Amino acid sequence: MEFFRRDFLREMFTKPTNLINTNRGKEYYDQLYKKAEERLNWLKSQKPVREDDIKFDEYLSMWDISRRDFFKWVSMMTATLMLPPSFEPLVAQAAEVMNRVPVIWINIQDCDGNTEALIRSSAPTVDELILDYLSIEYQETLMAAAGDQAEKCLEDAVKTFKGQYLLFVEGSIPVKMEYAFTTGRHPETGVQRVRRLAKDAKAVIAVGACASFGGVPAAYPNPTGAVGVMDVVSGVPVVNIPACPANPVNIVGVIMHYVLTGSLPELDSLKRPKFAFGYRIHDNCERRAHFDAGEFVEEWGDEGAKNNFCLYKMGCKGPFTFNNCSIVRYNDGTNWPIGVGRGCIGCSEPDFWDKYATERPVAASDIRPPAIGGVESTVDKVGLTILTATAIGIGAHAVMSALAGKKETITSNKEE
Amino acid sequence: MSKRLVVDPITRIEGHLRIEVVLDENNRVVDAYSSSTMWRGIETILKGRDARDCGLIAMRICGVCTGAHYWTSIKAVEHALGITPPTNARLVRNLIAGSLYLHDHVVHFYHLHALDWVDIVSALKADPYKAAKEAENYSENPWYNSPTQYKAIQERLKKFVESGRLGPFANAYWGNKSYKFTPEQNLIATAHYLEALEAQRWMAQMMAIYGGKNPHPQSIVVGGVTCVQDIKNPARASLFKELLLKSRDFVLRAYIPDIIMAGQVYKDEALNGVGAGLGNYLVYGDFPLDDNPHYKAKLLFSPGVVVNKDLTKVIPFDQSKITEDVTHSWYKYENTDKPLHPFDGQTNPNYTGFDENGLLKVNEKYSWIKSPIYDDIRVEVGPLARMIVGYASGNERIKNYVDKALKAAGLPLQALFSTVGRTAARAIETWMISDVMIEWIDQLASNSAKGNLDTWTKFDYDKLTKGKELKGYGLSEAPRGALGHWVRIVDGKVANYQAVVPSTWNAGPRDYKGRMGAYESSLVSNITLSNPDQPLEILRTVHSFDPCIACAVHVIDTKGREIAQYKIDPVSGGMCYV
Repeated sequence: MEFFRRDFLREMFTKPTNLINTNRGKEYYDQLYKKAEERLNWLKSQKPVREDDIKFDEYLSMWDISRRDFFKWVSMMTATLMLPPSFEPLVAQAAEVMNRVPVIWINIQDCDGNTEALIRSSAPTVDELILDYLSIEYQETLMAAAGDQAEKCLEDAVKTFKGQYLLFVEGSIPVKMEYAFTTGRHPETGVQRVRRLAKDAKAVIAVGACASFGGVPAAYPNPTGAVGVMDVVSGVPVVNIPACPANPVNIVGVIMHYVLTGSLPELDSLKRPKFAFGYRIHDNCERRAHFDAGEFVEEWGDEGAKNNFCLYKMGCKGPFTFNNCSIVRYNDGTNWPIGVGRGCIGCSEPDFWDKYATERPVAASDIRPPAIGGVESTVDKVGLTILTATAIGIGAHAVMSALAGKKETITSNKEE
Repeated sequence: MSKRLVVDPITRIEGHLRIEVVLDENNRVVDAYSSSTMWRGIETILKGRDARDCGLIAMRICGVCTGAHYWTSIKAVEHALGITPPTNARLVRNLIAGSLYLHDHVVHFYHLHALDWVDIVSALKADPYKAAKEAENYSENPWYNSPTQYKAIQERLKKFVESGRLGPFANAYWGNKSYKFTPEQNLIATAHYLEALEAQRWMAQMMAIYGGKNPHPQSIVVGGVTCVQDIKNPARASLFKELLLKSRDFVLRAYIPDIIMAGQVYKDEALNGVGAGLGNYLVYGDFPLDDNPHYKAKLLFSPGVVVNKDLTKVIPFDQSKITEDVTHSWYKYENTDKPLHPFDGQTNPNYTGFDENGLLKVNEKYSWIKSPIYDDIRVEVGPLARMIVGYASGNERIKNYVDKALKAAGLPLQALFSTVGRTAARAIETWMISDVMIEWIDQLASNSAKGNLDTWTKFDYDKLTKGKELKGYGLSEAPRGALGHWVRIVDGKVANYQAVVPSTWNAGPRDYKGRMGAYESSLVSNITLSNPDQPLEILRTVHSFDPCIACAVHVIDTKGREIAQYKIDPVSGGMCYV
């Protein structure tokens, strides 16, 4: 009987809303190329945020960035955005005019992990370039100014760049216990602050799991009533860049996409950019072959662990998690959680602390439903299915899911 | 006439903190109140979960001293279950924690703290040739030291300033009288500020090698670590060592010389005990050097308590003497108003807000931080505590590094009891850690070469926990100071979870006896503002703790009334009155 539950598995592995086409056809890219060219020409005609702007080449030399390093970075960024290599010259040009886009970055119920990740990022010394060449008007962790002087930076930026700035928000926003976050001489709550600054923003970028979906403060029983940015602002586009912390490559990617095309990247149903969250960890996992072969780590440090077997049975949630970390990894590609033999905890998915963040497979995790409810039945269903699939043999599943994947590709091509 | 300067938020720290300071007519700080204005309720969230899952959630208490909460939580559960991890796991944890020390201290000193000591604008006036000569006074082989190098940096900065592109340097207190470096010294430190951006990336990569990523590593589990393939692969150990040696080089040739320079220039402040604070120091102890089970191993940092700056006596540390008080915190204890030990701790929010002027109700409750108390003493934790308790305990390794550093700066031991001393202690232990980590990575590489790949101690969670009540504590030294997690597990589920963290010890408000916490006390230790509209000296002392909470500092008059509000002109850093 259990055998027929494979349809659930099939459903889970082939959700049409979340799959991305890595090749969208010549016509599509031709159009996008033209659009980007026009956009960049327009941006170049615009005045920079500050007068007497530094020339880009000067900038590179100031930070000791060689042209070669810069183009390496451009290739990486182009690939991350899932654009063909023909777009590289445009991406390079976009980097040169990035400072036409002012950025305000605020922290609410956060642990500063996303800021830290950005500081420690990624790709050859270009992070200095990003930090400075991007016109970051307000960033509490880095700025020298404090108090009134810092507040003035913020208010000036809002006034000067009204309707133009990107508002980055790090941390969740408490709405039940609004006073669980206040800041400022005249205390302003998180909800007030986010709403006030979002009103005049071009777009709001929620950085990290907390700003996207509430993250750890929103885990059961969510004592402060923490929610993500999209639950408190309206009338302005919101992009979620979840994960704990958000991968800096994806943060920069969203900005680059905006500079390049003048629009936000294509988003999935959870407002995540598809270029980064369009496929599962599992789809590109270095241990995937062991999953298909039915070779698993059964306990920490065992023979399977020594041979890099699949971590599914040790609680890896890669099959349920949409993110590109199996490709871009962390800290200049140094490593990633599955690399160090620990399963994925699903940190780019909503409610992952209550659904996924355990060292046991979903079915064996004794998962509590999130505070808002309604997810319990789905989780049980998925968990049961996985358990079943593992029991009846991974081989059958692998064949089936491969078939299902192919069919899906055909369907979505038709849709294009 | 009374005056009030509003400074909110204090930047270059992690999280959310508000400080209100009372000034007398000579702009001397005579009273201070420290308040955290953000609460997330992580202790509440941990209740009811499987104890093996606590580490990942507890880690999210902080994204800066990332990982410190992670392994402390895991340690607490291991203590409750009675599991000792194998040698390789101990070494890997020490290496991950050591990487964090290097990273955290370097980023703190250069990117979060240095701008309180270093006047970037003054660096523009420096003579690059003199700067290169000056650097040789503090190191035999200073980091990238050449007139050409300094000239290039100066030109970069000049372009920044001329284009109005001050970036992170905009709108600060440049030109304040409290900045004492010469233009040349400012130029040296500014150069290192920029170069530290690169160096800190190596240290983050070190953590990622055995931790998976940084921030928020993921390889530590109850019983051991998961990174077998990275231990097995000799290339990973060599990469780690290469990054370590590069980082150590930066510490020895830039960080330490800069601290010695600061120690000499800010000598009077150090000798006058500016920012000294409580004078009571607590260390839980950390970095196990052998594989003895819980709290029996020899430790790199000696545990203990030093009271009233008395280095002749170290009180042995006993975790049962720790309590938390909520008299002035936005919490309410049920059935008692006495301070509680973390095993019996309660987290019941009871927010009472600000007064009608938007100020803290300092006689009532005024912070989301509890007030930890050790054996009825308020204490300071952190690098300074570790150096002082280590020194007083006769810890040879610590004594050696402290003596070397003090000798180089030409300062007596007593100079440590100050804001300068707190900042110097952090550098001294970075030096020590970067040395000892070489021993650890070599041990790990040699273990795996001998075929020892044990990374996990086997246990049966259900069997160990079924129908039982277990208690455990994890005691660590996070870069910012003593970090403890206490867990009570009933039938495999967390029944109570309490964390008493470094910034709770340091940033806590007054207690039931009206005694100050460490920030509050340090702010009333001989601090006078040279310009009340630029609370640079307050930032300097608060930052010296490496606060893990974003702050708001308020300077209020002795009567607490507001007469005028000052705002600062963004370009010059000067003032205009509203």
